[in-house]
Amino acid sequence: MRYAMAVDTKKCVGCSDCVVACQTENNVPIGYCRDWIVEVTDGTYPQLEIEIRSERCNHCANSPCVRCCPTGASHYAKGGVVLVTPHKCIGCGACIASCPYDARFPHPDGYVDKCTFCLHNRVEKGLNPACVSVCPTKCLYFGDLDDPNSPVSKVLKNRKNKTLIPEAGTNPHLFFLI
Amino acid sequence: MATSRRQFIKISALGAGSLALAGTAFELAKGSSILDKISGAKETGPLRTPTYCEICFWQCAGWVYKDADGNIQKIIGNNDDQHCNGRFCPRGTGGIGQYHDEDRLKTPLIRTSEGGKDIFREASWDEALDYIADKMKKIAAEHGPECLALFTHGSGGAHFGHMLKAFGSASIAAPSFAQCRGPREVGFLTTFGDIIYSPERIDIRDTRCMVLIGTHLGENMHNGQVQEMSDAIDKGATIITVDPRFSTAASKSKYWLPIKPATDMALLLSWINVIIENEWYDKDYVERYTYGFAELKEHVKTFTPEWAYGITTIDPNIIRETAREMHNAAPSVIVNPGRHVTWYGDDTQRLRAVAILTALLGSWGRRGGYYKPEKLHLPNYPVPPFPVPKRLPAEAYEGKYNLANEVVANGLCDATIPTVTNECNFKAWIVNGTNLLAAFPNQAKTMEAIKALQLLVVIDTMPIELTGYADVVLPECTYLERYDMIRNSGHRQPNVALRMPAAEPKYNTKPASWIAKELAGKLGLSAWFPWKDMEELLDWQFKQVGTSLEEMKRIGVKNFPREFDDLYFSPGEEVIFNTNTGKIELYSTDMENEGFEPLPLYTAHEEPPEGYYRLNYGRAPMHTFSRTANNPNLTDLMDENVLWVNPKVAKLWGLENDQMVKLKNQDDIISTFAIKVRVTERIRWDSVYMVHGFGHNNKKLTRAHGRGINDTELVTRVHIDPVMGGTGMRGNFVTFITDFDMDGKEAEA
Repeated sequence: MRYAMAVDTKKCVGCSDCVVACQTENNVPIGYCRDWIVEVTDGTYPQLEIEIRSERCNHCANSPCVRCCPTGASHYAKGGVVLVTPHKCIGCGACIASCPYDARFPHPDGYVDKCTFCLHNRVEKGLNPACVSVCPTKCLYFGDLDDPNSPVSKVLKNRKNKTLIPEAGTNPHLFFLI
Repeated sequence: MATSRRQFIKISALGAGSLALAGTAFELAKGSSILDKISGAKETGPLRTPTYCEICFWQCAGWVYKDADGNIQKIIGNNDDQHCNGRFCPRGTGGIGQYHDEDRLKTPLIRTSEGGKDIFREASWDEALDYIADKMKKIAAEHGPECLALFTHGSGGAHFGHMLKAFGSASIAAPSFAQCRGPREVGFLTTFGDIIYSPERIDIRDTRCMVLIGTHLGENMHNGQVQEMSDAIDKGATIITVDPRFSTAASKSKYWLPIKPATDMALLLSWINVIIENEWYDKDYVERYTYGFAELKEHVKTFTPEWAYGITTIDPNIIRETAREMHNAAPSVIVNPGRHVTWYGDDTQRLRAVAILTALLGSWGRRGGYYKPEKLHLPNYPVPPFPVPKRLPAEAYEGKYNLANEVVANGLCDATIPTVTNECNFKAWIVNGTNLLAAFPNQAKTMEAIKALQLLVVIDTMPIELTGYADVVLPECTYLERYDMIRNSGHRQPNVALRMPAAEPKYNTKPASWIAKELAGKLGLSAWFPWKDMEELLDWQFKQVGTSLEEMKRIGVKNFPREFDDLYFSPGEEVIFNTNTGKIELYSTDMENEGFEPLPLYTAHEEPPEGYYRLNYGRAPMHTFSRTANNPNLTDLMDENVLWVNPKVAKLWGLENDQMVKLKNQDDIISTFAIKVRVTERIRWDSVYMVHGFGHNNKKLTRAHGRGINDTELVTRVHIDPVMGGTGMRGNFVTFITDFDMDGKEAEA
């Protein structure tokens, strides 16, 4: 089982609903976020393009953060989801520095926090992650890459897609439909 | 009357006593038993109560979830709700921030004078309502009850409106008409004999082509519409966006027409020309249903794409190509009527052009075009007939705006300013849920009206600009802490939704329903409020339509089957339209009878003088008007507006990203605060753009105060729509002030 997410940049309007839904679902303190919006504009007026992406932890199969964690707090959980065990985390920040996607932040309670794909609080209960459930444009797809019938497998099969910073060799599980 | 009475009072100037008191009230609320009463035993797992959202007018129905300690944790959409389909927008999801906001109004306040200076003193509810009732009675005795006006936007309006009608005044207005969607309602009413309603009756879900002209879906987060647009894109629909700015929607579109600002009418007329000249209109539909086609054809003969090119700068071939796209998709095509359409003063005529195009394409009454919404017949709780008011609100602007189908709010505001000819101008305002100083353009005029008032009551959840000028401030609790009237909305299926409290009101705040009923009691109007409480009222109403409060608490939303199978016209159906001719009036007899052009015409609008740029404004998906700017959750997503400037303009002025500038408009009005520059290719060189609703000037709003610019203060030139009184706000021009000191004074001045 390999959990993954795909973001349809052709539908995302960058409304940030994924951000606030994650915050309220996971009690992320105000001022911090586990997911965020990136908007890239190309061209000159009036020949323009915008790519809008809802970004988060890439839950890489080859995660620099897991590799560099000195205490084992960062680890692979069910379905390859990368998690942090708060009470094992000493807040050294090595994982933050190693992440090519800047997906991690120091939680004010003294540990490093990031996206969990809502594994324990939603996915294991048969629900989609909070961001996927709330998205008004339905531009987020989630599921198991090993299941060819999962929404994420199906959409990746049918649509051109990319990952971010492939040269980092992290084997990300966050895909962008382009 | 001394104008000093209207000194702005900073609520922050209150003694520490208010905070201490509020804190105590909060602690008490936390420890009280009401949470258990509402939600049942805590042990039964996740607790949820139904509500419908109050962060914007879309009113999506959802569930409020509480954690094991009974604290409100999150709000999730109700899957059965046609407004949201189980998905709230960012504002609705962040709605909990309104409840948690520590800057909320906490206790009633009464204006008083101390050592020559106006201050607010805290008051009990009893005292504050007595004060208001006494003043209302005095004004009614001296001038008549109709001299009391209510301005409202949101769910409180039903309660206070009911109270006001019982008092003998029908002067009830919302800025959502003449400051927003009024022109489109009148434009469609004079064409089709029916309005667009809210949520809009457009069938985006099944459309094959949608034209967005001056509406920026995705940035304006009209939830159901954004969802359906995304579905339509998935199904391969063509989106055509007309906007001088490369909006988010433009980036999702097959065609983006970067139109020169203020020339939309010319484009619409040339589309009509192309569709008629090429015989791309629905001939059967036009013949069967419309009136005045021959006159229209003659009227638009010269409005060719080449004519429009010289006005709009849009390539004639693109005008033809996009017209063909509409024709190919017809009748499943939507020329989106938009929402905030009060721009240049000829807005009803522009929306008439949209309506005419809609009729030619045969999309009114057709799948993928416009459907017929159906609303439930929900009986009102029986009360005595209201007294007949001596004066109707429209008499405030007598002889004008006869086609306006709702009260013109700025008309009431203007009529508050005393003149020698006014027999009875308004003497008192009750304002609920709308920050009139941000909603009305031309703040100086609004202030003149406010200064003339004998009583200003502001009922809100937050301290806003207007609260500083109130005689009495009443702190409403938020929508998460109260019952409100049933949401009875017209949609594809009739439906009702319940809002019930998820928590006890924080601080010393009260629900609008309670405030209106208590005040009515003090005014001797209890006969019009015969119900014991909201539960009794709602249960009675729900039972009239075959449900109950008890059932609605469990399901939140109930959809009913349509009475008739008339979502769309059936093929060849005979339809009588509610117009003078019974037809769709391409040629409007209503307009003609009122002395306006029966067919829309292009008028050139003023252009910015050299060194000035047209001030355009719009929405951000995470904010609503000026009411969310202090919401901790939503401020976390966006805490200020920025000024979009084209790179060529930035170069000319030496502006850089994140540089702070002030703006000065054509009337030498300088913005109170400064704004960050965003240099971007996404905007034309002749205009600047900012999101509306920032630049708050009330220090009590700790997160919003001084963040960004309030566009409204720069909108001093207002182009009134002669048809329906709308306030056109897009004819204002600004220039940059880069050199200013910390007090905000222009350095060279």
